[in-house]
Amino acid sequence: MARRRASQFLAGYCCSQSHSLVRRPPLCSQEPASISAPGLPHTHGKATSMFKPPSKLYRKLNSQTSCDIMQVHYSRTYGIHQRSFTSAAINIQRSPSFSKLNSDDIGYFKSMLGDKNVVQDEDRLSAANVDWMRKYKGSSQLLLLPRNTEEVSKILHHCNSRHLAIVPQGGNTGLVGGSVPVYDEVIISLASMDQIISLDKVNGILICEAGCILENLNSFLANEGFIMPLDLGAKGSCQIGGNVSTNAGGLHFIRYGSLHGNILGLEVVLADGTVLDMLGTLRKDNTGYDLKHLFIGSEGSLGIVTKVSILTPPKLLSTNLALLACKDFLSCQKLLLEAKRELGEAISAFEFMDSDAMDMVLAHMDGARNPFPSSSYNFYVLIETTGSDESYDKAKLEAFLLRSMEGGLISDGAIAQDINQASSFWQIREKLMFRKAMCWQGMSEATVKAGAVYKYDLSLPVEKLYDIVEEMRPRLGEKAKVVGYGHLGDGNLHLNIITKQYDNNILAQIEPFVYEWTSTHRGSISAEHGLGLMKADKIHYSKSPETVQLMASIKKLLDPSGILNPYKVLPQSMLQ
Amino acid sequence: MKILVAVKRVIDYAVKVRVKPNKSGVETSNVKMSMNPFCEIALEEALRIRESGAAKEVVAVTVGPAQCADTLRTALAMGADRAVHVDAGAAPVLPLSVAKILRALVQVEQPGLLILGKQAIDDDCNQTGQMVAGLLKWPQGTFASKVVLDKEKQVATVEREVDGGLETLCLDLPAVITTDLRLNQPRYATLPNIMKAKSKVIKKVTPEELNVEIKSDLEVVQVTEPPKRKAGVIISSVDELIDKLKNEVVSCNILNCK
Repeated sequence: MARRRASQFLAGYCCSQSHSLVRRPPLCSQEPASISAPGLPHTHGKATSMFKPPSKLYRKLNSQTSCDIMQVHYSRTYGIHQRSFTSAAINIQRSPSFSKLNSDDIGYFKSMLGDKNVVQDEDRLSAANVDWMRKYKGSSQLLLLPRNTEEVSKILHHCNSRHLAIVPQGGNTGLVGGSVPVYDEVIISLASMDQIISLDKVNGILICEAGCILENLNSFLANEGFIMPLDLGAKGSCQIGGNVSTNAGGLHFIRYGSLHGNILGLEVVLADGTVLDMLGTLRKDNTGYDLKHLFIGSEGSLGIVTKVSILTPPKLLSTNLALLACKDFLSCQKLLLEAKRELGEAISAFEFMDSDAMDMVLAHMDGARNPFPSSSYNFYVLIETTGSDESYDKAKLEAFLLRSMEGGLISDGAIAQDINQASSFWQIREKLMFRKAMCWQGMSEATVKAGAVYKYDLSLPVEKLYDIVEEMRPRLGEKAKVVGYGHLGDGNLHLNIITKQYDNNILAQIEPFVYEWTSTHRGSISAEHGLGLMKADKIHYSKSPETVQLMASIKKLLDPSGILNPYKVLPQSMLQ
Repeated sequence: MKILVAVKRVIDYAVKVRVKPNKSGVETSNVKMSMNPFCEIALEEALRIRESGAAKEVVAVTVGPAQCADTLRTALAMGADRAVHVDAGAAPVLPLSVAKILRALVQVEQPGLLILGKQAIDDDCNQTGQMVAGLLKWPQGTFASKVVLDKEKQVATVEREVDGGLETLCLDLPAVITTDLRLNQPRYATLPNIMKAKSKVIKKVTPEELNVEIKSDLEVVQVTEPPKRKAGVIISSVDELIDKLKNEVVSCNILNCK
């Protein structure tokens, strides 16, 4: 999250002028080497008084000082959210070990890829430099579009020898800033590699290139009677290579499991251009260390995925969807337990959202209808079952729901009668994500519907899942609205805190409390979104120092020059 | 007053329809079926009229094979009081036969209002409502986008969506109304209603019992997909455009200049 603090705006101003970031002295933290939360002095739970730029900072700036003070006042008074370059939003300097692009590099790329696939055009670059949430913006000068693995290999070989940092980019739908440059890294987009190579129609093993868009793969597979084992809200834009590199979860995780289980093979290009062909199509292959798992979820920091071999489940005909209302979180948990027992293998999704989330969607989404207009409930649960026999599955689901209602677990519920109703139920859940994005975009104007959003993606034991929401509410009081929703079936909460505008007072109440709370309950501070840039320095909340040390060693082994997606995933301090 | 609502089980609106390889029809096996969207709207309107107090009972009716009972259960789950299933066998029944069956049912049930969807999304005939009204000699308000019932005067005011805009008709009850898209938004089937629906009755009838003979005057010869849309042609100059318009387009009957 970029912090809207006065001195950070200051730094942004300086950065845009002089292209060098002044290293801010650590303010209140005990470990000077660690990166504090972007722009925020870490006081570990204590609220700090904000908007007092440290005097040391001023000494380092010479001619621009007076203007900067003026800018600071402006920002304080009107609290207008300024979006600054990613480089200014964080405390990380551009690494001096990376070279800058020169005309020889451009010439080489043009001769190898052709002029059309070497993009230096402002507009296209600006789209590729900004992430989907419009939180992070890089300043890359070059976007490359390789058409096959060999070209990717040559690009990386060249960049490695020249020490040019790169960012692999797929659909650019990530939520933690992992798919956009921080500084001037070269963007290697896999979008041109969108060929489906083969489909084993008996076993459902699909081999395709990394740039294939998930929805296109689903359409292709639907014709053959299969489906992709993952389903995300971003399926219209996200690419399978990116899904693999971020170990995407999604709505059907509860049924088909993680990509670690569904990916049978990968073809990866390493930092020095070596092509690692692990594109197996075998369900069982116990020969040696299973290296593909290193790359799944590595967020492009260990290698670029160029081809994917994935096991696709058969497309089952009957899908049933029910939207249910529960009176408290305990009922939701019990419902989950009962559903797993009685619906068993038929469950394909189990989502939940609290009443604030539902109100927000209904208020801001055009055409959204509350299935239960007469009353308002505390929690809403979405259960989807997928099976092969329509009437049998529907009867099973109905019987389960009626029993649960008689047992008091459900206060009310509606079953979708056709595909249209089903998609409108799904819209309610999927649009929660988009509502937040809309709120973000609205922030640049003073008028905004719901305000600024702080998002957290946490994995917690199911019993404790909602406790964090309930603890955040009294902490923030009237200043912010705390909303919780997520994949209850997977123990994954999306915690969203919505305020009128970005305010470091509020942020101080949230971080690092949320991370520490999660850590205490042995949860994960990033369940499915990954670490990217946003949480690059937060890994210690969920992983032991020895584990992180080993991760750093592996990174150094596979990418000694550190050119693959730098500044992300692991803390900078571990990689020095 | 009783309201009779006729509903039809069709291929779900969101499904990509495919033609059978032998071109005899559309692929309907292993495809999701549900209630015709216009019939849902018709049922919703009937339920609202009942809730406003102008009617006492809503009866759902469908003509079709055994699986159509699912559609009736959906209708009951939405709130209909009773249902009648006319089992006419597996072959698709054409609008005239459906209209005759509905006439027979109307003579049995004696409703004050017969509401149907304006057309079914599988055949797009848009005939059944009009035919029933003709057979019964009842007034009809088709393509209804607003219905207001006056209980005392036994009159229905129907606003119709016609090509030229909106037309308002006043119909003496009993009457036939067919519903259009913007009339209302159908409610979801909620669990309490689904629970109540389990105890509701679906009466099974055959066309013979109603003294209706199902004979079809039409035979489907062939069903094919529409020709695939061809890519556009980029023309380099105005002269070329004129030349194409004169020579190629006229022969393709694309332009119909007035």
